[in-house]
Amino acid sequence: MAFFWAFVIGGALCVIGQLLMDLTSYKFTSAHVLVTFVTAGAIISAFGLYQPLVKLAGAGATVPLTGFGHLLAQGALNGVKENGILGAFSGGVTAAAAGITAAVVFGYLAALAFKPRG
Amino acid sequence: MGVFKKNGSQTVWFENPPVIISTASVVGPQEGEGPLGKTFDKVFYDTYCDEETWEKAEQRLMLEAMKKALQKANLQEKDIDFMLAGDLLNQIVSANFTASALSIPFLGLYGACSTMYEGMALGAMLIDGGFAARVLVGASSHYSTAERQFRFPTELGVQRPMTAQWTVTGAGAVVLAEKGSGPVITHATIGRVIDMGQADPQDMGAVMAPAAADTIVRHLQDTGRAYDYYDLIYTGDLGTYGKKLADHLLRQQGYDISDRFTDCGILIYSGAQDVHAGGSGCGCSAVVTCGYLIEKLKDGSYKRLLGIGTGSLHSPCSVQQGSTIPGIGHALVIEAR
Amino acid sequence: MSEAIVSEKQRKEYAAIVSRVKPKPRVWRNMFWAFVVGGLICLIGQVFYNYFLSLGLSLNQAGAATSSSLVFIAAFLTGLGLYDEVSRFGGAGGIVPITGFANSMVASALEYRAEGLIFGVGARLFTIAGPVLVWGITTAWVAGILYYFFR
Repeated sequence: MAFFWAFVIGGALCVIGQLLMDLTSYKFTSAHVLVTFVTAGAIISAFGLYQPLVKLAGAGATVPLTGFGHLLAQGALNGVKENGILGAFSGGVTAAAAGITAAVVFGYLAALAFKPRG
Repeated sequence: MGVFKKNGSQTVWFENPPVIISTASVVGPQEGEGPLGKTFDKVFYDTYCDEETWEKAEQRLMLEAMKKALQKANLQEKDIDFMLAGDLLNQIVSANFTASALSIPFLGLYGACSTMYEGMALGAMLIDGGFAARVLVGASSHYSTAERQFRFPTELGVQRPMTAQWTVTGAGAVVLAEKGSGPVITHATIGRVIDMGQADPQDMGAVMAPAAADTIVRHLQDTGRAYDYYDLIYTGDLGTYGKKLADHLLRQQGYDISDRFTDCGILIYSGAQDVHAGGSGCGCSAVVTCGYLIEKLKDGSYKRLLGIGTGSLHSPCSVQQGSTIPGIGHALVIEAR
Repeated sequence: MSEAIVSEKQRKEYAAIVSRVKPKPRVWRNMFWAFVVGGLICLIGQVFYNYFLSLGLSLNQAGAATSSSLVFIAAFLTGLGLYDEVSRFGGAGGIVPITGFANSMVASALEYRAEGLIFGVGARLFTIAGPVLVWGITTAWVAGILYYFFR
């Protein structure tokens, strides 16, 4: 069942992204979609509404970039709970550190190892 | 002194029509596989053209086209009075760097995708004005360099709208001469820059169609000719939808030229090549003119052509800032002799 | 002014013609493939996640390992020149998952490699990732600050 919901919810989130592009006749680029998703994810998560989706869909909710926003927002909220106001500064990035570092390191290595093919 | 060789508002005519004594076209793999593949002088089967970067590849394309055009005319660099060339990249580096490899006095041009036609018009004026005996004209574009500069990195996963066009990887070159054998340029109609308020860089056909239509109408009015004086009227890179728009605008003004109207961007690729609305870029009109169209004039299929090099005059910066995009179209009359 | 200046009325009329001629995006078809491709990527993520849990990782660790694995695969496919085909076909299905985020970093960096390791690769990694991090981190920070004052 976990796989079914991961597929359906993950796919549905992507459909929203597709509509953002198609219905604005592509004035909305992939960069706009990514920024919108991470921001929307953080906001929804701050209101406590994203966690239920993660519970239902697992990777279907964490793999789309809204999940990245969720991770950042939950990190910041938990940081505040543990360390007060300083936690708002440290919590978000700490929670998302693995993803960010992986993206930087693997991105850097891939850029060094390959040549663009066009 | 009065203007002796200008008819009407925008058209110049040549007293001794300059002769296109040779042409050359060098293209990349996608163009080589297209329906006009056999009409090009050289096809590179790798987009890097044996170079390190795509920018260098584009220079290679242009240099090879220039040299090939000289070679086909049995000329040396020293036999050429001026070289006129341009491309799409910032500060027209492809043309500038190519010129640094040729010892020919050089004038760099930017007319976006209309550069080849701008160059041929100016070259013809230099010759008929008595300033030059032979002029070398060229233009180039490369899919990957243009994509990177104007749109997205090539490996970025994006979906292109159906109106998007595919920048032609290729360069064309012509040698214009005071005398010799070959087709001649009899008139040039210099276009006005027209901004119809279009702002979508993924729909350049809509940007350029009004400029192309305006130049065609001006040309016919200035020369007093009926459109069917020409065997073929073609635009540089309006693409499928841009051509439809130009057709529509011309009809609004009372000219129905659709029985002999085509576009280099439509000719260069086949529908199966996933290029959406067709080809674009300086290289598009350049290689189709230097290859296919000149061939058709030489084998007698056509006698008189009216070609309009079309250009979309935006920069990445102007688009980012939300400015609307002006377009331009320069027309040349090329006749078989 | 000269007649080359186009009137607002002409522009409006032309815009109407353009929108009539302009092909509509194939919305249903695009939505279908975005759903399938995006769903599959998330499904693969779930497979990874379950595998990492079965190795005894905590929920958070398994999540981090899943993201890292997907990012690695996307970076590799981008290098091979295959990921842009995924998104060309799947649209937002290839863009919205974290794999699309990784693709946006590698694609920009790869493309400008010839401009050196600092301004080429180093700076361009963040052409698209930069805005994403700025918006994500700032939103999370605001959420944290509001939470601190109003909880």
